[in-house]
Amino acid sequence: MERLRFATVGSVDDGKSTLIGRLLYDSKSIFEDQLEHIEAVSKRRGDDYVDLSLLTDGLRAEREQGITIDVAYRYFATPKRSFIIADCPGHIQYTRNMITGASNVDLAIVLIDARTGVIEQTRRHSLLVSLLGVPHLVICVNKMDLVDFDQAVFDRIRQEFEEFASRLDLQDVTFLPISALAGDNVVTRSANMPWFEGSTLLHHLENVYTASDDNRIDTRFPVQFVIRPQRSDFPDYRGFAGRVAGGVLHVGDDVMVLPSGLTTTITGIDSPLGPVEKAEPGDAVTLLLADDLSITRGDMICRPNNRPRVSQELEAMLCWMDDASPLQQNKIYSIKHTTNSARAKITNVLYRLNISTLHRETGVSELQMNEIGRVTLHTTAPLMFDDYHQNRSTGCFIIVDEATGQTAGAGMLLSPRT
Amino acid sequence: MKSSLNDLIDESVTIIREVAAEFERPVLLFSGGKDSVVMLHLAVRAFAPARIPFPVMHIDTGHNFAEVIEFRDRCVADMGVQLIVGSVQASIDSGRIADVMGPRASRNPLQTVTLLDSIAEHKFDAVFGGARRDEERARAKERVYSHRDSFGQWDPKNQRPELWGIYNGRHRQGEHFRIFPISNWTELDIWSFIAEYNIDLPSIYYAHRRPVFRRDNMWMAVTPFLQPEANETVVEEMVRFRTVGDATCTAAIESVATTVKDIIAETSVARITERGATRADDRMSEAGMEDRKRTGYF
Repeated sequence: MERLRFATVGSVDDGKSTLIGRLLYDSKSIFEDQLEHIEAVSKRRGDDYVDLSLLTDGLRAEREQGITIDVAYRYFATPKRSFIIADCPGHIQYTRNMITGASNVDLAIVLIDARTGVIEQTRRHSLLVSLLGVPHLVICVNKMDLVDFDQAVFDRIRQEFEEFASRLDLQDVTFLPISALAGDNVVTRSANMPWFEGSTLLHHLENVYTASDDNRIDTRFPVQFVIRPQRSDFPDYRGFAGRVAGGVLHVGDDVMVLPSGLTTTITGIDSPLGPVEKAEPGDAVTLLLADDLSITRGDMICRPNNRPRVSQELEAMLCWMDDASPLQQNKIYSIKHTTNSARAKITNVLYRLNISTLHRETGVSELQMNEIGRVTLHTTAPLMFDDYHQNRSTGCFIIVDEATGQTAGAGMLLSPRT
Repeated sequence: MKSSLNDLIDESVTIIREVAAEFERPVLLFSGGKDSVVMLHLAVRAFAPARIPFPVMHIDTGHNFAEVIEFRDRCVADMGVQLIVGSVQASIDSGRIADVMGPRASRNPLQTVTLLDSIAEHKFDAVFGGARRDEERARAKERVYSHRDSFGQWDPKNQRPELWGIYNGRHRQGEHFRIFPISNWTELDIWSFIAEYNIDLPSIYYAHRRPVFRRDNMWMAVTPFLQPEANETVVEEMVRFRTVGDATCTAAIESVATTVKDIIAETSVARITERGATRADDRMSEAGMEDRKRTGYF
């Protein structure tokens, strides 16, 4: 069975928690004790209905305020796929938590209230989904029951969104008219919207084609750990463990090690479950090589004729996430990229992106928390990387404040503007 | 496309290797419970054919099921790993904590002190735990790398962002990280792994006959550490344990599942979560787990 990781983005008001509750409930993934618990709490609080958001809002502060602050993970399965939901907050104050949840998903669901249409929050969420390179986006136009299941409303919102989204880099967008509260088009087809010919949300989640989302062309293997048994039964074993970040590696392949540029051949691949003939994106394996080269953590194994870029000068979209201090130019930070670490300075803020209007605001030298800008960086050692849109794993990095240890920024590497 | 179980194995193995590469002194918490058994097997596979480059540690309340302690010792001997035992009894004897009294007393909450003392004593900076996000609401919110300040506290409102597969383990002297490599596994995933790779478990996970009594609507086992009160009748029932913890707060469920296959069938149709069915400690309050985690609990 395959696994799909998806994010739901929004706040309680959008019906996000109700939608998740509906997916879990209709796929029989809510347990009796969980339901009894939230029923009891809802009753005690005097709610008119069972508040399904209590299922996902697991922190005391969230239940007190009735909002989602941090990502919650939920799990359910159907006979076709198993699912991990990263349930993300929608409020601008918690953008960094939303990015945490949406950074490594296959698909994102953004909810739009049918009564209000595309609002600032919709634009902000869609922009972040686009920047993060999430391969599939589902726009759920929710609360269709409150607009009499009117096709004209759905069509107008769809058109509004498409006009805005033409300026974003979204690869696959699906629109669904739903009512999470009543269940229309969530798990079962809606009898109220015969005009809609698409599939239900669950059907879409079960069938969306994700096999081509990984980069299977450009071989990238960041070396994570060198395995050298101090055992008499394995005197000569020296393996290079890591997770395949791109391409497909086979026993017998000629490979190059960066930054040294030395070449050798793969003589064996060990997986956690035993020897294998090939390794694909996402596989955690140990490579055995023909020659005794000096290879350490942070090195990158690739093919001789297909190499990542190697540079100390970088350009990236950077999302600032530190609430204690804004991004400061020329301050020294730590940078973590694949299994590599270095120190870095942000040399220039080219512009700040207004995440509601998409305007590029120039003449800015700082980024505050939750602001996004295009920046240039200089690192103390060369990084081996790809454009984020070519490869999410080798195109992403984080910035760490050396004094506080906080994860201060998240970056997506881009080709320099010409 | 690869199976969802292999995807989880690769994710967990990657996290375990990353910690071994980046931290000075990791340790893996090992109770003999199924989640920590699976985690230990994953660690073995992460470094094979080399040995695991860190020890394992058990925080022993002194009130554990005998079958589990026997299994724990056999398991670490078979795998050739070093076992450190943090003893709650020793913490009581040295006056660090006071033992709990009364018929309903449980040492479960006392473990936090012993755990934090043991982490400090051995200067561990990364502590692997087998917690899963599907277990409980507060756990559903926790990062894979979960920062603990010098008091061992978790601050759920100020968790570090955790993006892509890049983990930030930077910490000051005296602080540490709890690492949860099997965060994304569900109870069913755990059992599927146990079935597929023939993993040995303590016998009490499988259905067996034992003397039990009814308390708070759960079946509690009669042990030297837990005796029925006057109005509680002891009966012999066919039961098994879905979770394995301190004997004073871990309940059994009625079951006839004597094999892994039976258990998977039973788990697939279970209508109650494993902690809801078996853990008296989670029933204390709406935010029971969050509050315990804040102060340094597992």
